[in-house]
Amino acid sequence: MAGSGTSAGPDAARPAEDGYNFAYLDEQTKRMIRRAILKAVAIPGYQVPFGSREMPLPFGWGTGGIQVTASIIGRDDTLKVIDQGADDTVNAVSIRKFFARTAGVATTERTEDATILQTRHRIPETRLAAGQILVYQVPIPEPLRWLEPREAETRKMHALEEYGVMHVRLYEDIARFGHIATSYDYPVRVNGRYLMRPSPIPKFDNPKMDRSPALQLFGAGREKRIYAIPPHTGVRSLDFDDHPFEVQKWEDVCALCGSGGSFLDEIVTDDRGGRMFVCSDTDYCGRRREAGHTGPAAPDPEGSGA
Amino acid sequence: MAAMSNGSALRPGLRDPVPDSQQVFRRVLAAMSEPGTVRDVAVDLAPPAPLDRATAALCLTLLDFETPVWLDAAADCEEVRAWLRFHCGCPLVEETDAARFAVMAAPAEMPALDAFPLGSEAYPDESATVILQVPSLEAGEAVTLRGPGIEDCREFRAAGIAGSFWTRRREMEALFPQGVDLVFASGASLAAVPRSTEVRF
Amino acid sequence: MYVAVKGGEKAIEASHRLLEEARRGDPSVPEVSTRQIAEQLGLAVDRVMAEGSLYDRELAALAIKQAQGDLIEAVFLLRAYRTTLPRLGNSEPVDTARMAIRRRISATFKDIPGGQVLGPTYDYTHRLLDFRLAGEGGSGGKAAAPVERADVPAGEPMPRVADLLGHEGLIEEEAAPDAAGAPPTDITREPLRFPAGRDARLQTLARGDEGFLLALGYSSQRGFSNNHPFAGEIRYGTVAVEVVPEELGFAVEIGEIEVTEVQMVNQFMGSAGAPPQFTRGYGLVFGHQERKAMSMALVDRALRAAELDEAAVSPAQDEEFVLYHSDNVEASGFVQHLKLPHYVDFQSELELLRKLRAEFEAPPAEAAE
Repeated sequence: MAGSGTSAGPDAARPAEDGYNFAYLDEQTKRMIRRAILKAVAIPGYQVPFGSREMPLPFGWGTGGIQVTASIIGRDDTLKVIDQGADDTVNAVSIRKFFARTAGVATTERTEDATILQTRHRIPETRLAAGQILVYQVPIPEPLRWLEPREAETRKMHALEEYGVMHVRLYEDIARFGHIATSYDYPVRVNGRYLMRPSPIPKFDNPKMDRSPALQLFGAGREKRIYAIPPHTGVRSLDFDDHPFEVQKWEDVCALCGSGGSFLDEIVTDDRGGRMFVCSDTDYCGRRREAGHTGPAAPDPEGSGA
Repeated sequence: MAAMSNGSALRPGLRDPVPDSQQVFRRVLAAMSEPGTVRDVAVDLAPPAPLDRATAALCLTLLDFETPVWLDAAADCEEVRAWLRFHCGCPLVEETDAARFAVMAAPAEMPALDAFPLGSEAYPDESATVILQVPSLEAGEAVTLRGPGIEDCREFRAAGIAGSFWTRRREMEALFPQGVDLVFASGASLAAVPRSTEVRF
Repeated sequence: MYVAVKGGEKAIEASHRLLEEARRGDPSVPEVSTRQIAEQLGLAVDRVMAEGSLYDRELAALAIKQAQGDLIEAVFLLRAYRTTLPRLGNSEPVDTARMAIRRRISATFKDIPGGQVLGPTYDYTHRLLDFRLAGEGGSGGKAAAPVERADVPAGEPMPRVADLLGHEGLIEEEAAPDAAGAPPTDITREPLRFPAGRDARLQTLARGDEGFLLALGYSSQRGFSNNHPFAGEIRYGTVAVEVVPEELGFAVEIGEIEVTEVQMVNQFMGSAGAPPQFTRGYGLVFGHQERKAMSMALVDRALRAAELDEAAVSPAQDEEFVLYHSDNVEASGFVQHLKLPHYVDFQSELELLRKLRAEFEAPPAEAAE
């Protein structure tokens, strides 16, 4: 069932899961992470090292985002968790369940009803509002890592604001292909200072980060870094005067809701090259259909509800 | 309450530490995210004099054995020390440059902000957070804040700080990303001015 | 018509039930007990305790059982449990000179004070499958014939071989950390920084993946950094763990742990600041794990390249490379995260590739001029 409404936790008044603290982390760990988050907010785009803990989910599966969420979440929060834009992918289900169990909080699939949204690889299509917090799961926080594998070096480059290598790399793309050949995890400058990796969101989502009224927090558990973009902060995707930044466009619209302005996933329908496109943001797509929008392959009205 | 002579008179900390500290943290996070906005800490707390509720709630929420704390002369009394040691377990340091947090109960007489750790170019996060307890966040000279967390600009007031305070703070903007982050507390209210904020007056 | 795949939650629950079934195997075969694992798969337990950095045989055995014998999964289970434990205090450094020895050998001297003690080892077994063990109760259901044990008096100090060289000044001094100085770093609470201190390095290696350290140590023997190592001493046995409770002010023993300690002795031709002498590589691991402790000692020595003015050109000498990639909980998680959906990024790449391909096949007209 889509169940796109908000559901109360098992018992929002009681900490769930005996034997563990509220939201799993012990209070000392939360304080350490909270201090790191405050520094991250004070220095937008700078990666604050923190004493990341082992979590009961594997590193690489959202432990950074989970630690950030666990450190900020309270009993009156409403949590939405998405992976690839969808609320029902297995890892999103698993993380949402983790917080329902350990914090007993209410969860939702409706973007505007959430106070905290944890995401992997997407920013919701629905514009976020002031007071909301978007928590990104980050695999590799260092934007320069693939140009310079050494932390000792990249740290110096950030200190000296020495980002020429990244421009060179992007320019090499232009020389070879006629345009920049980076389609996701596209580097940005935050408030004109730090070069930042937005996590592997498609570059389609980059403009949503710029001057968002919501607070954006980034957690990289395995790499032990936290960074942040405060609300209303300039986030510029790197580009060149003669090659301005562009987002992906589709010739198709969403087969289900007919949206022409959202990020579309390609669905392979047969082994003869048949394919269709549907919104990657399941909440956005479902709500559009509820509102009566349809696309070329929308299910029959009586079969709706998926 | 009379000056405390032994630990038996120690004042309590947060009534329900897990949810209370989470609530306080979210307010200081919101304050830091939107510099100059004033938030109330909604926790039940009877801290030792001279600490205000917001100051004390910040301490209980953010300090522990990993955070060396510097107290100004006005805050540095036996009752506050005993209370902080008991509830936070934080080391109290004499040198400003060893502090990760500083608590000022009389900011008008505070040392220069750059006496506290500013972090390094490589690790600007290794810097102090300075809590300034002021008589009011409504009175005082108005300054204009701009920068991350502020849509256009925002007016901010804090009473009880030295006349040169904002000038000194403004001079530190050139050091960014190094710097100190300021949290103002007054009664049950708090507001923040992180290093990324430009202050004009 | 198209309906998106739903039911992630149901799928996860079903998967957990299947896992349960796979773990139990054929129910007509008796279930293995954690006690049996702790007693009869002791070396697996040792590895899980070391890499899980939690000394608890019963929990390690439970983790092994729960993980169907997947030791890296068991390490992960133990680590995730470990992080939830309150920290009550720090122990005093263990004194391995006062180890109750079960095994102790040196490859550098034929005879050493305290003697060579072969102890339990696979070293001189012939690796022939012992088919007696295959049947139920194949070991005859009885314990091995008792062995007359070497008379190694427990508690008697057993001098370390490397210290014997020290008397002659032929091996570098092992500078004890300044007691009044900063406490050793704690890699479980602080992220690594580079250059890392030897404290952070040894902690990371001690719980690093055995296979990774084995390969690195091996590479250092094959010319990718050349350490010229000798196994100065390998000792395995029991050491006391002591803590100083604040209210007492003196050390009290809280228990014993088994450890394996290795001191490698390495040739060193001297540098601008240091005379020719032997240098050390150090390994210390929970339980009986000689392969791991030896690998650790080789890698520790290789990582001292900068300190000893040696050219650091090989992987085993590269501190960031070694320390960032030795943790199997981190490595396993990140390698396997590729199983998670990457539809969005893949879609972005697909779109880009189609565009590049179209441009490749139909070059712009002006390029044809």
